[in-house]
Amino acid sequence: MNSIQIQTAGLLTTVQDLGRDGFGPIGVSRSGAADPISLRLGNRLVGNIQSAAALEMTLFGGTFRFPEGAVVALTGSDFGASLADGNVDVGTSFEVRPGQTLRLGSTRSGARSYLCVRGGIAVPLFLASRSTHLLSGLGGLEGRPLRAGDVLPIGPATTPFRKRAVAPHIAERLAPGKVLRVTPGPQLSWFSESSRRCFFSSLYRIGEQSDRMGLRLEGAPISQRLRREMSTEGVSLGAVQVPPGGSPIILFVEQQTTGGYPKIANVISADLHSLGQLRPRDEIRFEKVSWEAAQSLLLEQEKLLASEESILE
Amino acid sequence: MTKSVQFKPASDQSLLVYFGRKVTLYAHERIRKLLCLLESQPIAGIRNLHPAYCSLLVVFDPLRLRHRELVTMLGDYLRRLGTVRLPTPRKLEIPTCYGGEFGPDLNEVARLHEMTPAEVVRLHSSVTYVVYFLGFVPGFAYLGGLPETLATPRLPSPRRSTPPGSVGIADNQTGVYPFATPGGWRLIGRTPIAMFRPDRNNMSFLTIGDRVSFTPISVAQFTALQTL
Repeated sequence: MNSIQIQTAGLLTTVQDLGRDGFGPIGVSRSGAADPISLRLGNRLVGNIQSAAALEMTLFGGTFRFPEGAVVALTGSDFGASLADGNVDVGTSFEVRPGQTLRLGSTRSGARSYLCVRGGIAVPLFLASRSTHLLSGLGGLEGRPLRAGDVLPIGPATTPFRKRAVAPHIAERLAPGKVLRVTPGPQLSWFSESSRRCFFSSLYRIGEQSDRMGLRLEGAPISQRLRREMSTEGVSLGAVQVPPGGSPIILFVEQQTTGGYPKIANVISADLHSLGQLRPRDEIRFEKVSWEAAQSLLLEQEKLLASEESILE
Repeated sequence: MTKSVQFKPASDQSLLVYFGRKVTLYAHERIRKLLCLLESQPIAGIRNLHPAYCSLLVVFDPLRLRHRELVTMLGDYLRRLGTVRLPTPRKLEIPTCYGGEFGPDLNEVARLHEMTPAEVVRLHSSVTYVVYFLGFVPGFAYLGGLPETLATPRLPSPRRSTPPGSVGIADNQTGVYPFATPGGWRLIGRTPIAMFRPDRNNMSFLTIGDRVSFTPISVAQFTALQTL
């Protein structure tokens, strides 16, 4: 089986696919790529199914040697990647010759870069997914971030190499944003009129403590109108919960499955990938949209992703 | 049958089903029955289910389902809850070594309730608890039925990491941390039992609806059980 040798792992590199569904009743959350759109596009570039597992790098990338060569693509943020013969572009597929090393550096745009390989990263499935869940140490490669010396198997290739690229006008329309569109959270009415106004008019900064579990926001604190007794309930991806201190937390891919803080809003499905590209100290704001708008924005996004014209050959 | 049930969209891909606002065994059993029905007769487009004390969060594929359609379909399931026979709950014991380095908050809990640490241990291990649901992280069971005299608020600031197997109290609930996670529950002991075992068929030691009791053990017994 072909393989990838990890020479340096970068800041935080894990194996991720589109996550695992259906294990909420035993407390297992979805996990999966923080920016699933980049993962899906990357897999299309190398001819994989969209849900194939890839490497997710965070802020600073690694160095990867391919003893048998490979067909790869980098998507998401630009981490200044290069091969021996020069720089490689984000959003295109290319061949790595046997023994060549792909080097990535520091991010030049958002938080995450995806290294997709034809055949996919073939670590064993755990609960029907190859995604790493760091907090519980499950899935991926031994449930942990990659480190120097690791060797990852690459699945068998099924398609010949084709030079492909994400169409620029599609890439632009699918680009992550810093205005997060939200629908009302289940406890929105627990917050006063002025708190809501403050929430929707303030700029929030992404805190340093943010990770795949949650994005911690710094900025205008939100107070509840009534300190109501809240019973622990299931929480959804992208929920904006407000603990007593008033600093909102956006629950992210490795979220807890239940929680006891009131939720003021929820990031819409079409903007969840934007969360995966936010870096500490980035500034965001929230914009309220209707349920219908959330639905049609997602449909539009899926149409773009699925369209033939999104990938140029 | 569906009168006491309320629906609330939680996001554009999830719906909360509330079974009243009070934590009762009745609500708990209805949640389990709905969960049972949805697991045995799945609705296409439902991706995940997150049960809790008096609610069930239903996560769905927003490209296949909308809130309104789902509410209609769930209404049909809710009308059939009466036909569901829940299995007899399993009874499980959790051997626990209380106090010392395993239960760093035992003395403080005792002090807050003006009792001796031994009384806290006796009370905590004297009753049978119900697994209301699993949540937070894989294998974390929310156990209800803590004696009222032991109800204790969470720590003012949570620990950055709690050792796996730690037995904690928060308000009127108790539970066991399966992983080294941050946590604000007051730790009174530790069990050598692995609460989540990814190499087993039943990964989670506890499952929703189980009846659970804690059995005090010594440090020597803890060590012996740990090496099993």
